[in-house]
Amino acid sequence: MLPMDHVIALSAILFTIGVLGVATRRNLIVILMSIELMLNAVNLAFVGFNRIWSQVDGVAAIDGQIFVLMVIAVAAAEVAVGLGILLAMFRNRDSVNVEEVNLLKW
Amino acid sequence: MTAETILFYLFGGLAVISALGMVLNTRNTVASVLSLVVTMVSLGAVYLLLEAYLVAAFQIMVYGGAIVVLFLFVVMLLNLSTDEFPPSKQRLIKSAFVIAGVAILAQILIALGHDPLFATPPEAVPEGYGGYRQVGILLYTDYVLLVEMASLLLLAAIVGALILAKRKID
Repeated sequence: MLPMDHVIALSAILFTIGVLGVATRRNLIVILMSIELMLNAVNLAFVGFNRIWSQVDGVAAIDGQIFVLMVIAVAAAEVAVGLGILLAMFRNRDSVNVEEVNLLKW
Repeated sequence: MTAETILFYLFGGLAVISALGMVLNTRNTVASVLSLVVTMVSLGAVYLLLEAYLVAAFQIMVYGGAIVVLFLFVVMLLNLSTDEFPPSKQRLIKSAFVIAGVAILAQILIALGHDPLFATPPEAVPEGYGGYRQVGILLYTDYVLLVEMASLLLLAAIVGALILAKRKID
């Protein structure tokens, strides 16, 4: 049997790596990939907790895995729109550096 | 230590190392995307070890296949092999972020060690846990509204991506 606390710890570590990627990198592609990594860490936590509470009165309970499928759908939509924004930004600025995009900053 | 546990540590370590490689690699964006593939596939293996078989299949097909290929496609399209940007102007904010992130992670890890939830190993899974039949029945009965909302979201994303990526809107 897997050590479940280590599964949740793995999820927390991956989430932190994703947060640090968003906070420190300036390449928009890497920022989008870090967001994907955070979504994956949340998925891992969902699957792990679903494994802990795997049944209700002897019947399999898999609601956590349904949520994971929904998160995957949201991630796919997010990547499509995010990469569209990246293409538009590259066309206008000729760069993917997020610090150069400061039109709305005051 | 059982074979399952050894495999979990193997794939978990692989996922963490390749995630770090993705975030820390500033010279080669293509290698960064390929590190993300390794993370996704090892997470798929961890899902298999957690007996979530359908989710593992979706993880490898959707994340390892579709999403990462989309990233790779854009990197190749824009020819972004390196990102040699001028030095950042926001060093203070970024180091504050790093310190806060690591502090929160340490708190979570310490709290995990004291949680009574993890004191006993989880019981064996019931028949049909994580298979396509169970997931399919639940998706089309209890969660049918969620499926409809996801389809609307994907439609909106397709239209949005088309409009954003178009050169000029006629």
